Amino acid sequence: MFPSSEKIEPPSDDKRWRIVKAAMQRNGNDRHALIETLHAVQESFGYLDEDSLRFVAASLNAPLSQVYGVSTFYHLFSMKPAGQHTCVVCTGTACYIKGTPTLLNEIERRFGVKAGETTPDGSLSLMTARCLGSCGMAPVAVFDGEVGGNLDIDRTMTRLERMMEVEDVRAA
Amino acid sequence: MLERLEEIATAEHEAMERFQHKVSVCMGTACMSSQSEAIKNALDHEVQSRNKENWCHIRRTGCLGLCARGPLVAVNPEGGDAHMYQHVAVEDAVDILDSLDAQPVERLICPTDVPFFKRQVRIVRENSGLIDPEQIEDYVAHDGYKGLIKAITDMTPWDVIDEVVTSGLRGRGGGGYPTGLKWTTVAKAEGETKYIICNADEGDPGAFMDRSVLESDPHRVLEGMALAGYALGAPQGYIYVRGEYPLAVERLKIAIRQARRLNLLGSSIGGTDFNFHIDIRLGGGAFVCGEETALINSIEGKRGNPRPRPPYPAEYGLWGQPTLINNVETFANIPPIIRNGGAWYAGMGTATSKGTKVFALTGSINNSGLIEVPMGMSLREIIFDIGGGIPGGKRCKAIQTGGPSGGCIPEQYLDTPVDYESLAALGSIMGSGGMIVMDESSSMVDIARFFMEFCMTESCGRCVPCRVGTVHMYNLLDKFSRHEAEPRDLILLEKLCDMVRNTSLCGLGQTAPNPVLSTLRYFHHEYEACMQPLQSKNGSGRRDLSLEEVAQ
Repeated sequence: MFPSSEKIEPPSDDKRWRIVKAAMQRNGNDRHALIETLHAVQESFGYLDEDSLRFVAASLNAPLSQVYGVSTFYHLFSMKPAGQHTCVVCTGTACYIKGTPTLLNEIERRFGVKAGETTPDGSLSLMTARCLGSCGMAPVAVFDGEVGGNLDIDRTMTRLERMMEVEDVRAA
Repeated sequence: MLERLEEIATAEHEAMERFQHKVSVCMGTACMSSQSEAIKNALDHEVQSRNKENWCHIRRTGCLGLCARGPLVAVNPEGGDAHMYQHVAVEDAVDILDSLDAQPVERLICPTDVPFFKRQVRIVRENSGLIDPEQIEDYVAHDGYKGLIKAITDMTPWDVIDEVVTSGLRGRGGGGYPTGLKWTTVAKAEGETKYIICNADEGDPGAFMDRSVLESDPHRVLEGMALAGYALGAPQGYIYVRGEYPLAVERLKIAIRQARRLNLLGSSIGGTDFNFHIDIRLGGGAFVCGEETALINSIEGKRGNPRPRPPYPAEYGLWGQPTLINNVETFANIPPIIRNGGAWYAGMGTATSKGTKVFALTGSINNSGLIEVPMGMSLREIIFDIGGGIPGGKRCKAIQTGGPSGGCIPEQYLDTPVDYESLAALGSIMGSGGMIVMDESSSMVDIARFFMEFCMTESCGRCVPCRVGTVHMYNLLDKFSRHEAEPRDLILLEKLCDMVRNTSLCGLGQTAPNPVLSTLRYFHHEYEACMQPLQSKNGSGRRDLSLEEVAQ
């Protein structure tokens, strides 16, 4: 626990911390705003690191163990930075019976990356999602935020190659 | 206040009547992912470049239903010459506008005179595809917030609860608990304050009804929650939305802002002394948070671990106060019930299941999309009449309902009416409304393994039966799918199902064995076919171990 009278400074003078602080203030810096705050950190920085967890814990006067527990409990929070490009393959039921496993295996084989991981050169993060709710177009994947439906191996590879040609999307 | 609503509605109607033509572009997630936003922009641009802004109105609407044929565009949806276009591309904008004063564009026509549209009865989705979800005036012009104003000016809270009880509405999140009874319990419970929670953590894979309702008609859910707030004396509501639904969250934010502006939410609603505030809480991608006590923990900023029940949230919920938790679709049913009376609603459906149910029809089916049908319709009518049957001339093998908590219903039971009791009798559940059709190419053992992998990963880890049991069941099912199982594995699997079902803390664990149990019940031969040939086992000179020996 941290004394509340002490002024708590963000880990750096990055302007994005203002967004995080605003999210906390909106909820009265209350501990129940923890998940909202972590969403704000992840949206601003792309992932959660130790410094940001310590800052959030101190600001909300919450035990670090609770902050760490919450950030590892929810799948949407990532403790590692994402690759330059991301491909999210839907593994919902409709997509599954329409061939997601084959797609996933093929992407894993061609790019040498396992689902949930990033390639060693940091160029591609391959993720899975439980259900994107676009079951009408199954199987579905999201390529750098763009949804692609009715996929087969050829179409997926074309989309992936086209996506990888674009420079680092994080810079944009 | 009612007059003010009518003024808004009249102004909106008049504004719309000035246009000769209205073109609606579906901006649900499925259509938007196939560029429907670009189509709307192209139509807008085309109208502007022709200087005909007063002639044709281009509207953004929610889901039109037939997601498989998206992007969908509806022309004059409320007029006599209504028609719909399917698989529309950006380049078609010119032709569509050219056709407005002439004949419809033949090559794009999506027939609406078919069972998919004609057999549906729309209550929850009455406005979907008709109104602009980002315009509160549009909702008001379609009888929006009339129920709320009627309730707070002419009805006592108990009158509202009585209507809900009379309607016979049951929880649409899956359990089917009578909504009126839940409301009565919370109304009678004592506490400093009370809370209303809308469960929009739609986690079942293959289900997207709630997302579509929130995206197409968010005000309907807000109005339903406000009615609950008035009936139960709760000043604060929360909507807990999945983090995976950014569009739904965005539209909810807009809707809440607009409702506050018109004093339909906030303090002194409609000039009365009724106050009701709604805040959004974002989920973090944990399936277990759809469980009501886990959801409460999550709103409180904690890990989404369920709490033992009782005490039920109706008595001891959010921050220890009496709390009502209902699903999105349940709340969406409330405004029409209050507007038209509970008896009207009870006139639809079967003896025990009233009204309509929204289903997300997916998998191996021609017309995948979102449908709303009266309770009691048979699965066969849903799959073959509305759904248009199985593509490629394949046979229907099974229907999966209820997601990871449900089961697979085999083809021979297709004539079963869809209601809570009938589906439960078949070993499945109504669930939140995902309906996944499987054809003969699907392996049922594989499906059971798929769902078990889901439950295993999503188990919060708090209670042992679920945390450990799901892993063991998954390993066994994996053995079956690798054709390496032995007869004793089947016995062990059945015993584990029984143990996990009866000893887990929350619904996730208690229902995790359901997909296994239902496939064991109807597709036992597939499990048998996945066992290794007996010879090899005899050859190794081993005997079957009893379960006690296995446990040691």
